[in-house]
Amino acid sequence: MRLSELPLRQPAYVDLIDWSAITPSEGQRLREFGLCEGASVEALHHGGMILKGPIACRIGRMTIAMRRSHAAAVTVRTGPEKAA
Amino acid sequence: MSGLPLIALVGNPNAGKSALFNALTGARQKLGNYPGVTVERKAGRLALPDGRPVELVDLPGTYSLDPNSPDEQVTRNVVMGKQVGEKQPDALVVVVDAANLDNHLRFTLELLALGLPTIVALNMVDLATRDGLELDPAVLSRELGVPVISTVAVRKRGLDHLRQALEGVLNGAPPPYPSASERSFDAVRKEAGRIARATIVRETPSRRLTAAVDRVALHPVFGLLLLLGLLFVMFQAVYTWSEAPMAMIEGLAETAANAVRSALPDGIFRSFLVDGVINGVGSVVVFLPQILILFFFILMLEATGYMVRAAFLMDGLMARVGLSGRAFIPLLSSFACAIPGIMATRTIADPKDRLTTILIAPLMTCSARLPVYAVIIGAFIPARDIFPGVGLQGFVLFTLYLAGIIGAMLVALALRFTVTKGASGGFLMEMPKYQWPRPQDILLGLWQRAMIFLKRAGTIIFTSTVILWLLLSFPRVPDGDPTSQVDHSIAGRIASGLNVVLEPIGFNRDISLALIPAMAAREVAVSAIGTVYAIDDAEGESGTRAISDRLRGRWSLPTALAFLMWFVFAPQCISTIAVTKRETNGWRWPMFMVGYLFALAYIAAGATYWAATAIGL
Repeated sequence: MRLSELPLRQPAYVDLIDWSAITPSEGQRLREFGLCEGASVEALHHGGMILKGPIACRIGRMTIAMRRSHAAAVTVRTGPEKAA
Repeated sequence: MSGLPLIALVGNPNAGKSALFNALTGARQKLGNYPGVTVERKAGRLALPDGRPVELVDLPGTYSLDPNSPDEQVTRNVVMGKQVGEKQPDALVVVVDAANLDNHLRFTLELLALGLPTIVALNMVDLATRDGLELDPAVLSRELGVPVISTVAVRKRGLDHLRQALEGVLNGAPPPYPSASERSFDAVRKEAGRIARATIVRETPSRRLTAAVDRVALHPVFGLLLLLGLLFVMFQAVYTWSEAPMAMIEGLAETAANAVRSALPDGIFRSFLVDGVINGVGSVVVFLPQILILFFFILMLEATGYMVRAAFLMDGLMARVGLSGRAFIPLLSSFACAIPGIMATRTIADPKDRLTTILIAPLMTCSARLPVYAVIIGAFIPARDIFPGVGLQGFVLFTLYLAGIIGAMLVALALRFTVTKGASGGFLMEMPKYQWPRPQDILLGLWQRAMIFLKRAGTIIFTSTVILWLLLSFPRVPDGDPTSQVDHSIAGRIASGLNVVLEPIGFNRDISLALIPAMAAREVAVSAIGTVYAIDDAEGESGTRAISDRLRGRWSLPTALAFLMWFVFAPQCISTIAVTKRETNGWRWPMFMVGYLFALAYIAAGATYWAATAIGL
């Protein structure tokens, strides 16, 4: 499942990140925010009703906002934690 | 630069760095700029326990030493000793959010690898405890090999410990091991995670305040209503809260003018003091309360962590005009003043997003326009209700703000298809925890803004008012000559020339005259008109109310409306043009900005004048 499709407030783990779908500088910022394979994630809020807005999600201990296009590049897995 | 030892405060954004800086240095801060860039340099002094003074500098927050924007570049340059105008710090205080160890320790490890004497301030321990985290600073200190001090900006004990530790490292305690090999990002991240896990003694998930508030604040419907409500309260407060202090300042100016009138004989020097100095500067200083109220709201929205939520809510809409939610923050600041607004764009990583935001920032109705709007609306728009509780004057003012916003959105869209064409950047932001700001921090921020405004009033505005007074007062009309002093003066003759261009859009000679000094700053338009009419009408009373009375007799309603529309768009502010030049590294973009804004102003004022005349206003 992609992070953009993850139901709100359902804890999950990052399985795979398609870095090629993200610009290098944004990729760097996402890494600095703690996005990496194995990180725990949770979608918290979807912005916008008519105009599709960004997604607020928790990555590790940090809450960050990103556009849906970025969230779509992150594959997540729900279920028990696998050793990172 | 002083010869004192230099300590740099460095850390991630939202680590509570600025509050710690304020707590350590108090109100004795010096604001400046790094040469060549508009990144603000905040420095202050602090006394070590042995009485030795050191200079503390607060560096812009950043996530790593790989800069993503101009202000992050400054942080990197300073800690590496490569920033022009700043020596390499003698020691670093790395500020770490106790509740976000994994992430902040990664940057800490990166900084420790520089090999500078370092102290880690484990900050906001109280908030971490609130969220159910228990930490062991001793473990962290052992793992990192540097002193770790638990701090909460409001508590004195941690600050004393921090000062003691600083004395220790400056007295030559061993610096951290410089890492010999360049470790990969992932290796450092894993190391940071390991240290964080070792430091955390206990973690009991507790009810998180931030999550609870965000359920409302980020809700697609209620969140938007809350944002609109907050903005409504903010703009209302600017008017209602400011009435009493403004009346007081006006009264003070009136008293001063009367005192001078009774103390000095009628003559050129008295006219200079009363019409030039007291009227000119007084008519601008009177807006200090409104400006401070506006800044109060903006500082509060930023300090509480709400501003990022507003950006989140606006991103969907901003994306439609090719911008990101991130642009919302500089644009909202631009309602106070475009200069901090344009400077705030340096946090926008994408260069085209950033340029577009800079170019439209002057369209946000800044506080310098308020004096102009207030005087014209007061003079020409009747104070009656259009609906119960909704006044016509307020409605006109709202329309002017709206005209600026809609203009800005259309311009952004147009720019995105032309000069700043290309894929737009994304939207990536950390959402900090909500926190209640310390009153001292807000007061300090307001004090600094007030000083900046008063310095402006004392220099640019004072100078342009005095020069205008001189140009208006000379040459003197000979006794018995029926021409008015203004017509006879140098300024009057210049304005008559300019008026050839401005007459078609309904502007009279006096307006043309006021627009020249108003290039320095918009507020000057009010004092300029005040000075023009005060010189022509030496017997009348002074003050803003008197300006209104005089305007009514001399301007038609279409002219007044055209004048208002002119000020929605016209780039009448030298400081904005200068800051745009600095931010865009050259004259190309400021010239473009001035050109398109004057063109819009001319068209909008003209259209308003012709339409108002056509329907017989």
